[in-house]
Amino acid sequence: MIASQIQDGLVLTKRSLLRIPRVPETLMFATIQPILFVFLFAYVFGGAVPIPGGGDYKEFLLPGIFVQTVSFATATTAVGLAEDMSKGLVDRFRSLPIARSAVLVGRTTADLVLNVFIMFVMTICGLLVGWRVHTDAAHVAEAYVLIALLSLAMSWIGALIGMSVRSPEVASSAGIIWLFPVTFVSNAFVPTQHMPGWLRVIAEWNPVSSFCAAARDLFGNPNPFLGDSLPGRHPVAVSWAWLVVLFVVFVPLAVRRYRLATSR
Amino acid sequence: MTHAIEVEGLVKHYGEVKALDGIDLAVPEGTVLALLGPNGAGKTTAVRILTTLLRPDAGRAMVAGIDVLAEPARVRPLIGLSGQSAAVDERLTGRENLVMFGRLYRLDKATATGRAAELLERFGLSDAATRVVQTYSGGMRRRLDLAAALVVSPPVIFLDEPTTGLDPRARADMWEVIAELVAAGSTVLLTTQYLEEADRLADTIAVVDHGRVIAEGTADELKARIGGETLEVVVATDDELPVAQKVLASVSGSEPVVDRHTRRVQVPVGTGVAALVETVRRLADEQVTVLDVALHRPTLDDVFLTLTGHAAEDADSSQPAGTAAEVSS
Repeated sequence: MIASQIQDGLVLTKRSLLRIPRVPETLMFATIQPILFVFLFAYVFGGAVPIPGGGDYKEFLLPGIFVQTVSFATATTAVGLAEDMSKGLVDRFRSLPIARSAVLVGRTTADLVLNVFIMFVMTICGLLVGWRVHTDAAHVAEAYVLIALLSLAMSWIGALIGMSVRSPEVASSAGIIWLFPVTFVSNAFVPTQHMPGWLRVIAEWNPVSSFCAAARDLFGNPNPFLGDSLPGRHPVAVSWAWLVVLFVVFVPLAVRRYRLATSR
Repeated sequence: MTHAIEVEGLVKHYGEVKALDGIDLAVPEGTVLALLGPNGAGKTTAVRILTTLLRPDAGRAMVAGIDVLAEPARVRPLIGLSGQSAAVDERLTGRENLVMFGRLYRLDKATATGRAAELLERFGLSDAATRVVQTYSGGMRRRLDLAAALVVSPPVIFLDEPTTGLDPRARADMWEVIAELVAAGSTVLLTTQYLEEADRLADTIAVVDHGRVIAEGTADELKARIGGETLEVVVATDDELPVAQKVLASVSGSEPVVDRHTRRVQVPVGTGVAALVETVRRLADEQVTVLDVALHRPTLDDVFLTLTGHAAEDADSSQPAGTAAEVSS
């Protein structure tokens, strides 16, 4: 039973992966955006943002860009699923004797593969602008796994959005618009030290900040003190906890939404 | 006789709109039932409930002897769905689509690949097997869509408006494919807005309007309900109209309908060609100049008009149920 559920998920993962090279624009724009961010932030803000405690802005920036970029996986997943809904594909899948989670597992896994590729491209760009890691392989690996799992969790949020809004056009804005405040009111691009007090508290507790701080810790990059709170003191542990919470909340919600989904 | 599909009192409301207002259906194994009705009559809603996609507000539905509402997961391996309610992946090739659906029906890789090749061949898509579906014509896409529903030869097949939007040639091809399927013994529930399609493919036709079955029977039975054929005569001058009217009344035994503007006289006849010959002979005796004479077999359009009081094209889903019935009575 479990084996066949996994197989359903794999068959549908393969389906989504087959689609990627057939719509090269998707891959192109998904990759260009983070590349642009790396270069724009590194060179435009680079000199203007002092890092409390010292350190190079580019080294500070890269983990932030990683986290911000994979967060936008939400939109990719939301649009993909909304498209399947509007075309009637979801209806066909729902009429098949397959696991109720298979369509979502297939889509989110394929989007994870896409994001791992994008992380690879970003790593190259980062190395080009002067980003380096300063820890051992185990810590670097943990950082990458943490970011990859964040991308998967964000995809499941996207799955819920995609199954709820029904039209790909709405999904593309609904999947992205809330991510701007969420990723910008954090320590992703600038240290929180210069924010007004109330905003700083929000940024401190923002999960995006935890992931950025965790990645900086694990890569050995400049990591300005986030705050005296729990996420400020233990960003890595808090990030893992956030992952558990995101999966436990959003996987069942998305699957439930899928079971009830109907295109009309 | 065992029924492959049994439906009792199915109700589905969307807010104020009654998509289904208590439908009963029974489809014997190995036969074809056509749900015939205009857009918004509730046909697709019925299909969506029977294929486990939608839960009704009330009623009971059995497919292949299994309760659809209680055990949807046991129904799914036994059904195939194609048409308006389902789709294939446009970015995949025809073969990739069929292999994927085969794998999702839990066929192993070799079997799924073999079955895909077999279906592509049977539906005339072998040459297009490695092309993405996006490049397919409407007819090819529908055939692939149907093939996807037949990957495991399910005993019960649902075809939701399988030819809507196809050109006449592609429609004829599709009819041939469906007819073969039926000959092979599958039970098929087909929805259509095309009266000709129901006539051609179905053993039984259920006419659906405003979420209710308003008539059910074979095409011939339904046609018989509006009384055989219609004899129609067009005369050359207004003066000849009363004579023609008298002749037709005497031949048919009922009162003809006269359209003065087009000088057309119409009357239902029970005796078909005999009545036609008799009428022409008597009009000739009376020296009436006949411009046109015709014997119309009733079409299902006539049936629809008679049953609902509105033509199939005029139906409006937002119209409250009951209005149409009042018009016809």
